[in-house]
Amino acid sequence: MSDKSLEISDLAYAYPDGNQALFGVNLSINRGERVALLGPNGAGKTTLVLHLNGIIPTMQGRVSVAGELVDGKNAESIKSIRHKVGIVFQDPDDQLFMPTVGQDVAFGPYNAGLRGSQLESAVRQALELVGMSEFIDRPPHHLSFGQRRRVAVATVLAMKPAILVMDEPSSNLDPAARRELAEIITSLDITLLMVTHDLPFAYELCQRAVILSAGVVAADGPIKSVLSDSNLLKAHRLELPKGFSL
Amino acid sequence: MATPFSNIPAYCAYFSIIWLALILAKIPPLTVVKRSLIEIPFIAFALLMPFFGQGERVEFLGLLLYQEGIEAGVGIIAKATLGVLTAILLSATTTAREILRGLEILKLPTLLVQIASFMLRYLNVVTDEMERMRVARASRGFQETGIKHWKVLANSAGALFIRSYERGERVHLAMLSRGYTGTLPKIERVSVAKSQILYGLSLPLSAGLCLLISISI
Repeated sequence: MSDKSLEISDLAYAYPDGNQALFGVNLSINRGERVALLGPNGAGKTTLVLHLNGIIPTMQGRVSVAGELVDGKNAESIKSIRHKVGIVFQDPDDQLFMPTVGQDVAFGPYNAGLRGSQLESAVRQALELVGMSEFIDRPPHHLSFGQRRRVAVATVLAMKPAILVMDEPSSNLDPAARRELAEIITSLDITLLMVTHDLPFAYELCQRAVILSAGVVAADGPIKSVLSDSNLLKAHRLELPKGFSL
Repeated sequence: MATPFSNIPAYCAYFSIIWLALILAKIPPLTVVKRSLIEIPFIAFALLMPFFGQGERVEFLGLLLYQEGIEAGVGIIAKATLGVLTAILLSATTTAREILRGLEILKLPTLLVQIASFMLRYLNVVTDEMERMRVARASRGFQETGIKHWKVLANSAGALFIRSYERGERVHLAMLSRGYTGTLPKIERVSVAKSQILYGLSLPLSAGLCLLISISI
């Protein structure tokens, strides 16, 4: 049982049209760590994330999750990888595609082979973790944006992943919903990789920050020291909000 | 619908059963009337029938109409009305999801069920987007008054198509990320109480009963 939830070495990737997105990324995350992945738009953060569950097959380099190699050619291995890596995408409407909340949360564990009462309890537990238990039979479009965000997180938690990856979790949330989401994330016992532009949110929830810029890792260290280095931030189009002090 | 129109008592009975069901279901009469408007093309067709055909002619309001045509025409109106009222009863009392589930049980091909299912889920996402585009256009002074403006509308429709297509791709990625391998989860069978089955069968059973009675009289 590996202590490393995620190990990426020398990951490089070029799009089919020739554009190089990643130039050799090294990143390793231990179990229980919470890491913020920061960087300007176009840095390659989403490309990196899509490598983690094999949606983008590894062209060059190596990605392994909880000791298991992410190998695009091995369908069985990919299937188990996708249950170990829980990706919450930015738009909850892309992620909630079943008729009811309960069925959406059940989708992941169902594909993992759970049925009957095991499936039901996985769904109930996941919804409880995000505080959305009463909405189990509602259609997703009856929910507010913040509620849909939380359900999207539940859909991934139900698979009991080894690592939770969130893409811009706090975007478009009103302040109260943002705080509720922060409380939920804090309460989870999980390894976290959070891609975000919301530096205060990252500071609140993560201990470590990695800056990805132009396809390479430009910084990797305790979040306080990364965010305190204003020259470093500025060089990569990052800034703390006015009036925010660490 | 299979009953020959000559069996008038049966048809009267059918109509009363449907009306009773509509009343019991508490469907507002205005809703029924508005949804029945779909029948208008059929009525128009039926009204034309008495003017064509062969055989006996009957005089009616100064016009010479074909007996056969009249019978056929009235038969069409009666059957169409019965069909429309039954469809209204179904659509007003059953959610789209349940109808889809029913069609799935009746062995409608899985691909069609999946397509219909996703359409139901994403229809208002797409219409919301259409509305936002309309508001954005109108906010820059656009008024769609004539054929000159169709080009703008066509461009918007094209943009909407591309956005919907890309959303489809993102949804597919999300599905893959949760282990999708080609089949959607089947919804567990909901157990139905005997009373509900009897309740559901009451309509066709009473219709069948009326038919039997009318034949034997």
